[in-house]
Amino acid sequence: MGKTKDSEVEERAKWDNKLQYLLTCIGFAVGLGNIWRFPYLCQIYGGGAFLIPYLIALVFEGLPLLYLELAIGQRLRMGSIGVWNSISPMLGGIGIASMIVSFLVGIFYNTILAWVLWYFFHSFQNPLPWSQCPVNANLTGYNEECVKSTPANYFWYRETLNITPDIETSGSLQWWLVICLASAWCVVYICFIRGIKSIGKAVYVTTTFPYLVLTIFLIRALTLPGSIDGLVYLFTPDWEILKNPQVWLDAATQIFFSLSVAFGGLIAFSSYNEERNNCERDAVVVGVINSATSLYASISIFAIMGFKATNGFNSCRNENIMSLTNHFEFSEQNITLENYNDWFEYLNRTSPDDLASLNLKHCDLQTFLDQSASGTGLAFIVITEAVIEMPGSQIWAILFFVMLFSLGLSSMFGTIEGVLMPINDLKLVPKWIPSEVVTAIICLIAFLTALIFTLGSGNYWVEVFNGYVGSVPLLIIAFFEITAVAYGRGMKTFSEDIYFMTGKRPSIFWKACWMVISPLMLLVVFVAYVAIQAQTHPSYPSWDPDYELFPQTKMLKYPDWVFAIIILLCVLPVISIPVVALYKLICCSIKKSSARGELNPYCNDSFEVETREQKSQTP
Amino acid sequence: MEDVVPLLLLLLCVSSAAAQLCAPDASNGYKVRLSLLTALGDEAYVWNDSEMFLFRAAMAFAMRTADGQNYNVSNVLVCDETPRVSFWFVVTSPLNSSLLVERRQVEEAVRKSRNRINSAFLLTDNTLEFLGIPPTLVAPTPPSSPPWLIVFGVVMGAVGAGIVLVLGTSVMQSRREKKKAQTGFEEGEEESRAEGNGAASDSVYNLSFSDDDRLTQM
Repeated sequence: MGKTKDSEVEERAKWDNKLQYLLTCIGFAVGLGNIWRFPYLCQIYGGGAFLIPYLIALVFEGLPLLYLELAIGQRLRMGSIGVWNSISPMLGGIGIASMIVSFLVGIFYNTILAWVLWYFFHSFQNPLPWSQCPVNANLTGYNEECVKSTPANYFWYRETLNITPDIETSGSLQWWLVICLASAWCVVYICFIRGIKSIGKAVYVTTTFPYLVLTIFLIRALTLPGSIDGLVYLFTPDWEILKNPQVWLDAATQIFFSLSVAFGGLIAFSSYNEERNNCERDAVVVGVINSATSLYASISIFAIMGFKATNGFNSCRNENIMSLTNHFEFSEQNITLENYNDWFEYLNRTSPDDLASLNLKHCDLQTFLDQSASGTGLAFIVITEAVIEMPGSQIWAILFFVMLFSLGLSSMFGTIEGVLMPINDLKLVPKWIPSEVVTAIICLIAFLTALIFTLGSGNYWVEVFNGYVGSVPLLIIAFFEITAVAYGRGMKTFSEDIYFMTGKRPSIFWKACWMVISPLMLLVVFVAYVAIQAQTHPSYPSWDPDYELFPQTKMLKYPDWVFAIIILLCVLPVISIPVVALYKLICCSIKKSSARGELNPYCNDSFEVETREQKSQTP
Repeated sequence: MEDVVPLLLLLLCVSSAAAQLCAPDASNGYKVRLSLLTALGDEAYVWNDSEMFLFRAAMAFAMRTADGQNYNVSNVLVCDETPRVSFWFVVTSPLNSSLLVERRQVEEAVRKSRNRINSAFLLTDNTLEFLGIPPTLVAPTPPSSPPWLIVFGVVMGAVGAGIVLVLGTSVMQSRREKKKAQTGFEEGEEESRAEGNGAASDSVYNLSFSDDDRLTQM
């Protein structure tokens, strides 16, 4: 009994090899945001020009934070709570804040994975269910809501989410989403069963598979007509946009959220490393690969979007051609896409009244290219529509959704690790409960909490969590992290730590970043972010079939109780930082007043006395 | 010569009567539009009089099936053909060739035999259009079990089996280790005592001290 328990306690789990560790960190950093947030930002912020603020933010904000987290975790060899407790007991709140944020982010992130699973399950049909409208009840036509919007929109909003018109109408639990959510949590659980032993094996697949699929998609998309237009459109830089401060703010926030810092997951992963490991190189590798993946993904996405825009443009013109052919009774295919413009001008000269009466649509490729989408709209509506138009749609749909699932799953590893390890650190759970059961209990609690997102109004709640939990608290936590290490632990001690681990001290660049540049950038980003959010009453787009301008989404303001919940979600994680600091301060002063001195739970005075006696007894 | 003139007059009357019966926007007529190139591409046939004859015959067949009366090809009158390949047609009653069949009856007949008419021309509802007669939509057959549930069942079955397998092996492994550890209990105690003495004095908590209670028990 004794021997095995010792080895469990002293031998910390560790990675089988360096590759597993790197793949896990890369998988954690590379997530859904790389696919559906970065290309959107590139598109709206002037294409290639956006890369400049993005790379500047990476070098001065992203990499220093990443390096800091990996270094501190590797040196102190504990989870987020233990690490901050070691630096100073008053800073333990940072770890608790990380844990709460990780939990809150984990529950909505896995809901997105549940949606991905739902689409994946539906990709095995021919024809794909989002390609056509269902017939209405009395078989006279197609479902009205579907006809007004598009089949892909209908499938997403009605058949998947069954969304209510606003966030106040909760609707009921959608049973199909509940079972998809249960499957998503079961998959997360099975990967987490053995801790990093099982995660380390899972990441060989979940981290590398998305790259394979992105490459396949890129090659396929480049062979489709119109993809080059999409790429040209993406990369044509609009330098004027750099004068807009919003661009710099979005670049800084994007790099920050993309690297998944301040979750506590990276600290946990690096704590399983060997002590002497070059964490500087790891940090640079992870940061650079994350940004490179964003860029690579946006190339694939824009090739597909270019194809989709060209298709839309061509169908628009084909519709016009059909109207003209039918009205003027020309023989078929007299007017083609090539000579459409010539015919149009000719008809405009000869019979302008007839032409006007037809109400032809104005087709412009630029309008189609300008249709931007990010987030779930990109994945579940735009890309699914594009996939229908590619030959062999089922294969592409399956590949795409498996890729999304792998991306999300590898990010979930870091998020859940950010919850599990602090629980271990805090020793909340008695030892006799095996770790598998603890993981199961956490997954179960998370699943039950996430049932909110399976209600009719679930999507609106996901947007609330996504917009507010996954943003402001992380900025605050990261700011405290960096100041705690730079000033709390001290730059001198930290440089010694790094010297101990890597064999060389950090260069002046890193020191300058940690002490001045990164905290300043974080502070500026935080203040600007809050200022911009506070300028307008937060509102959200809602899907309401009874809206006059349907299928446009209706912008509604968040009601007061939701607004209160938003404030609560932003404040709750962060409140632990001052609360714990105050608590420790009060406890310390109470302890100082009592004469016993500090109690070290690991130093039992009686034991020391005994061993001294034994030493004197044994030869 | 004198016999020809009344014949000619008769022909003129008949044709003008026929022309009056079938005209664009006739009250009892329908416009038909064919899109041969769209439907068949390279294999499209040329629209000529024979094809028109086939259409009239198909319409007569449809009317016979719906009505039961003996409609003939001559009862289907066609006019206003265009290069688009669109034309108007009307149907006259077999009993009285100057009486047109009601619109509704024609519509019913077309609806009933729509499939047959389509296949005669290798076309579909979208490419052989009867303007004013919308195609009836196929009633969707509800599948016996939604296909997505099958995929879900497969995936969840695999995941569930995996969980049970992994948990089972870890339970068996811990039982095996317990048995091994019980035999090696005494050696373990000596080692842990020695390790317990070495106290590292850095700021990191030395976890070996948590074996406190066991050592003091002796």
